[in-house]
Amino acid sequence: MMALVENHAPILVILIPLLAAPLAMLFGNKGLAFLLSLAASVASFLLSVYLLLLVRDGTVLSYHIGGWAPPLGIEYRVDAANALVLLIVSALSAVVLPFARTSIATEIAEKHHTLFYACFMLCFTGLMGVTITGDAFNVFVFLEVSSLSTYVLVALGAEKDRRALSAAYDYLILGTIGATFFVIGLGLIYMATGTLNMVDLAERLSTMESNRTVRSAFAFIVIGLGLKLAIYPLHRWLPGAYTYAPSAVSAFLAATATKVAIYAVLRFMMSVFSIKFGFEQDTMTYIIFPFAIIAMFAASLIAVYQINVKRMLAYSSIAQIGYMLLGIALFSTTGLSATLVHLFNHAVTKGALFLAVGAIIFQIGSPLMANMAGMGKKMPWTSAAIVIGGLSLIGVPGTVGFVSKWVLLTAALENGLWPISLAIVLSSLIAVVYVWKFVELLYLAPIDESVAAAANAKEVSLSMLVPMWILVLVSVWFGFDAEFTVQVANQAADSLFNGGFLKDAVIVGGEGR
Amino acid sequence: MDHHLILRVVTQILVAPILLYGLYVQFHGDFGPGGGFQAGVIFAVGFILYGIVFGLRRLRSKFPDHVIHKLVALGVLIYAGTGVVNMALGGNFLDYNVLSPDPVQGQHWGIIAVELGVGVTVFGVMMAIYYAFAGRPPSLDDKDW
Repeated sequence: MMALVENHAPILVILIPLLAAPLAMLFGNKGLAFLLSLAASVASFLLSVYLLLLVRDGTVLSYHIGGWAPPLGIEYRVDAANALVLLIVSALSAVVLPFARTSIATEIAEKHHTLFYACFMLCFTGLMGVTITGDAFNVFVFLEVSSLSTYVLVALGAEKDRRALSAAYDYLILGTIGATFFVIGLGLIYMATGTLNMVDLAERLSTMESNRTVRSAFAFIVIGLGLKLAIYPLHRWLPGAYTYAPSAVSAFLAATATKVAIYAVLRFMMSVFSIKFGFEQDTMTYIIFPFAIIAMFAASLIAVYQINVKRMLAYSSIAQIGYMLLGIALFSTTGLSATLVHLFNHAVTKGALFLAVGAIIFQIGSPLMANMAGMGKKMPWTSAAIVIGGLSLIGVPGTVGFVSKWVLLTAALENGLWPISLAIVLSSLIAVVYVWKFVELLYLAPIDESVAAAANAKEVSLSMLVPMWILVLVSVWFGFDAEFTVQVANQAADSLFNGGFLKDAVIVGGEGR
Repeated sequence: MDHHLILRVVTQILVAPILLYGLYVQFHGDFGPGGGFQAGVIFAVGFILYGIVFGLRRLRSKFPDHVIHKLVALGVLIYAGTGVVNMALGGNFLDYNVLSPDPVQGQHWGIIAVELGVGVTVFGVMMAIYYAFAGRPPSLDDKDW
């Protein structure tokens, strides 16, 4: 058993959920499907922890699929950056699944429950695959695995609200355009270099700065992945998809899907294309930087005026993506470290918030804020979770949100950009507005008697409270003790920014041919 | 299509060769052009042609939806399972060399197993898509939206 883990951990992380998906469908029993998915997620999570502990000192692991050595064969390559993202994705999957088991009862027809778990596992496999692979084309394959299953998961919300169908369709069209752009970019760099292995690409691309094919490839890849991660003007699919998807799916996607896309864009910008390229620095300064600032303000302002609480959180996610992009655009190790630590912190915070909001929707059957008035008394634990999650979203000390903003502020000041630090603080103040608006409604407004379910609402069962509170407690724990997260993020940023990913790797499992 | 005698007769003659050709493409994929993906599509086309001419209901009674769904899952399982067998035999994931004492023979068996998995899943997916489109109820009334 230990030998299996030692020799095959990088592939097992993907393989276990990949096996769980078809097995769940073959058994065709929703209870069994749930147990399988949960077991697969927990196993993947433990393996991710194992991998992270191995690479947190800067080691790089390499696994040769099929025994074919890179650059010819496909290689899975783990450094601190992707081990961190693997950990985020698998942890969220393991936490969200028990919640999903209860919440999908009112959202998805019973005959589709098994399919839901199978799709969820495929989406999980895809996200993990994008993260762990060291082969550029493999990124595309796994990106499609996760995207296609995500479209289905979003569309499953149609049982409750038929608008989920058009939201899923929007996402399908824009996601496919994104994937197409990405694969065109890959085609162009393959044309220029004749290789697809990331390390090999990095080596060959390093002398090709003035090559026009390489420049257009960079543009295609950044725009393609930008659509997937909802960079501000390319975010149109996101609010609909998060709003109308089943609650558990919203929580999982909001916490993981965009994070994985951000990781992928980082990997391509920092590791595959050399950071010394002039056109890359211009992209940061003139494109990513201004749009990150716009996202922080515009999306937050839009969030203030939403009446649907899930849509409010979705717009808040776009604003938070702005912070992550700002960290990238600062173009320093500290800035990257801010982005990576925020990946983790935002995943935990948004996951907790979407789960808590999902619990209220589960009880009263409506996602409209007005109908949730007065729930503070009816559902004290869920509402408390929303308060703490909200505080973390704002960035109050003692929560993980504060840690992210602190590192980001440090990075901005390091670069001498004090107006930017002012902008970070100002945009956080807008977050105060939309969080307070909701919290005030929960605690101070009278109960909306026009909704029968709201008048008789009770606290949700433990199966929903426990996942939600695990995330809340994690967000408080790492808010007080940020040493571990910041250390891993620093190591990851170092690996990305200073080329740690490209150095000689320790080969796991059999040596390639 | 009961009154289209020619179509029905021609279809009856065509279905068997199409299926045979599908199998040929499947199992010849390691020597020549072809493989699981193409074979799965061709194999499904035989059944879909039958469904178009003789009616979806007759096809569905022989190949019910749940069987098709199981096939989709089974193919993925064959694929991933091949990799697991390789790992159990001491190789890396999908390292076919360990399947046989002779590495070339091992590669041969491995690719056949993997392509079979691909073929089964593609066949299942094609059939499921056909069922989903052909079996769609008439478009919705306005009030349903």
